[in-house]
Amino acid sequence: MLYLDHAATTTMRPEALEALDEAHHRFNANASGQHSDARAAKNALEDARERAAGLLGMDQPHGIVFTGSGTEADNLAVIGASLASQRRTVAFSGIEHKAVLNAAGSLKRFGYVLHVLPVTSDGVIDRDAVSLVAGREPALVSVMLANNEVGTLQPLLEIAQQLREQDPQIVLHTDAVQAFSSQEVTFPRTGVDMISLSAHKFGGPKGVGLLAVAPGVTIEPLIHGGGHEAGRRAGTQNVAGIVAMVAAMEAAAQDRAGFTTRVGAERDAFEGVIVAQHRGAVVTAGTAHRLPHISHMRFPGVLAETFLIRLDMSGIAAAAGSACQSGAVEPSHVLTAMGYDDVATGQFVRFSFGWDSAEGDGLRAASVVLDVLRDL
Amino acid sequence: MRALVAMSGGVDSSVAAALMLEQGHDVIGVTLKQWEGPDGAMPTAGCCTLSDAEDARRVAAQLDIPYYVLDYVEEFTRAVVEPFVASYLKGLTPNPCIECNRNVRFSALLERTEELGCDVLVTGHHARIENHDGVFRLRRATDPEKDQSYVLHMLNQGALARIRLPVGEMTKTEVRGYAAKLGLRTAGKPDSQDICFVTSGDYRDFLAQQEPSVAAPGAVLDMEGNVVGEHLGTARFTIGQRRGIGVAVGEARYVVEIEPAAQTITIGTYDDLLTERCVATQMSFTDRPPALGDTVGVKTRYRSEAVPARVVATGARWEVAFAEPEPRPAPGQSLVLYEGEYVLGGGVIVDGRRRVAPVL
Repeated sequence: MLYLDHAATTTMRPEALEALDEAHHRFNANASGQHSDARAAKNALEDARERAAGLLGMDQPHGIVFTGSGTEADNLAVIGASLASQRRTVAFSGIEHKAVLNAAGSLKRFGYVLHVLPVTSDGVIDRDAVSLVAGREPALVSVMLANNEVGTLQPLLEIAQQLREQDPQIVLHTDAVQAFSSQEVTFPRTGVDMISLSAHKFGGPKGVGLLAVAPGVTIEPLIHGGGHEAGRRAGTQNVAGIVAMVAAMEAAAQDRAGFTTRVGAERDAFEGVIVAQHRGAVVTAGTAHRLPHISHMRFPGVLAETFLIRLDMSGIAAAAGSACQSGAVEPSHVLTAMGYDDVATGQFVRFSFGWDSAEGDGLRAASVVLDVLRDL
Repeated sequence: MRALVAMSGGVDSSVAAALMLEQGHDVIGVTLKQWEGPDGAMPTAGCCTLSDAEDARRVAAQLDIPYYVLDYVEEFTRAVVEPFVASYLKGLTPNPCIECNRNVRFSALLERTEELGCDVLVTGHHARIENHDGVFRLRRATDPEKDQSYVLHMLNQGALARIRLPVGEMTKTEVRGYAAKLGLRTAGKPDSQDICFVTSGDYRDFLAQQEPSVAAPGAVLDMEGNVVGEHLGTARFTIGQRRGIGVAVGEARYVVEIEPAAQTITIGTYDDLLTERCVATQMSFTDRPPALGDTVGVKTRYRSEAVPARVVATGARWEVAFAEPEPRPAPGQSLVLYEGEYVLGGGVIVDGRRRVAPVL
């Protein structure tokens, strides 16, 4: 099987696996306890918090809130910051992950007004729309650093500066889940107030993520209970998962330049061959700034649902749209936001490479994909 | 051979997949997502629910075959649900399973079978397909209690050649026994009885949700045209219906006429319901149609025995004359012609007394 679905989840990095295994043995105690085992776990937890904060360019580790997933981090950011604000408008781009879209949607019943920032056909936020939204006094603006389906990068720092000039009170959030492996994700480089991350997208385990919150930004907790995570997220901390996540963060951060070169080369080789040899194949947002590991393409006349099954049968794991509850492929809201109609949205497939993609995977995959296309 | 098995999450299609595997074929399981609520979720009640898809997925995993959920919501809505509602509004009694078979399962999915590189489409229907020297014949199931040949009457030679119905050779007890022997989780699962997209209450509740105008009340008339009561919408009734009319007169009364335009239903005695003829349009045949004057077996509803009838008209409107008077068939249901155990073909019943075009 040639695994080209790393954007869905990627292989665990050896550093993370090792840290996970070690922490399960050494730091299994409840970090909130009053004994030496608990202190060891608590120490590992706070050490991880400091290292994570350092990687994100934060002066103080306090702003790191460990969560159970990237989705939870997005929910905490969007709902938590909105509930903590006096304002009642929430803005986000139309290509956000469903974790942001549906978290914002859940606020409607509490009287919040939602404002969607439109994107261009390249999946980049319309800058005129940015100045427009500032005038609406939003509590929160959420813009992802890079899109998880098509891979386009947003000029987040410029958007942040533009918004702050117009309205210094806006709280800015970014879902950097898909970007972390290749982009320098820090507060100074993104210009935002909150950053969501998910461990399993950069080589950590599933079931753990974090929300980094800049000093001075208040959020209401969503999960109530004990005083864990400084009262912002109750529940016994998953110390092993957290330690493993931070080990993966460090490994991924160190590997960014290499990742971009290596993985980007495989992706480019893959796209090059397919576009050259399959008539009509088009790379989505091909001229925009994109993540190096995602290849999102349209094959006109080829139904993605059928194509994916044929690829699976030929040993290639790829993706299209997002899976619904039942596992059926749903039309992508991202493509709809980019202006594609219903017929077109059914014809896109995402191939995503990962940190452990081998040299030659791009060409090998392209050859199988072309075989399947010829046979369809 | 590579087989695409349509797995509903029930025991029949689970066993169909297992049998194809046992016969040495490459097997791929799929579940059709046909209907969803306003939030895009699969229904959680009725049949073809999320948990049914989950059962299918788990059985596929146990059999170690690839499994996918395919999205047919758009086709199903357009070809089955919308006509279902429209038919009731016109006083007809549609059979959505037949329309699904005609327009989704054995057309769209059959096309998809080829696109997915599969040679045959396999379902868990109880009926048999036999190859008689190159002519494919559709035969009743081995288990007369479970025979579903009625809802498969639209299959033509091209379709029959590419479909396999492995459980049609088995009784339901054998199917369950086989599933139990393999330890399949669906072995004891009850048969689905409902219309798959009606997730709560009965079809009347569904109609009211989809089309509030169905609740328009009107008069109940007797055979002489006298008003004898009131009803809560013509779509609540089917020709031949006896219960739920809400008019108490000594002898049993049946719905013999539904007039949506006038918003009236007419009730009468069993004798008033009897007819000697049945007319159908959109006839299709598994192979060659019977000839004018032939006597065939006919079924006018899923749950009834075939009765003898003579073909008295062919062409755009087929007409059969029953050997003995029969309760009037409900327009919208299917007239299916049999030659003994074998299905000859069928079409959609129209009101033979008035020349109105069927909706389906």
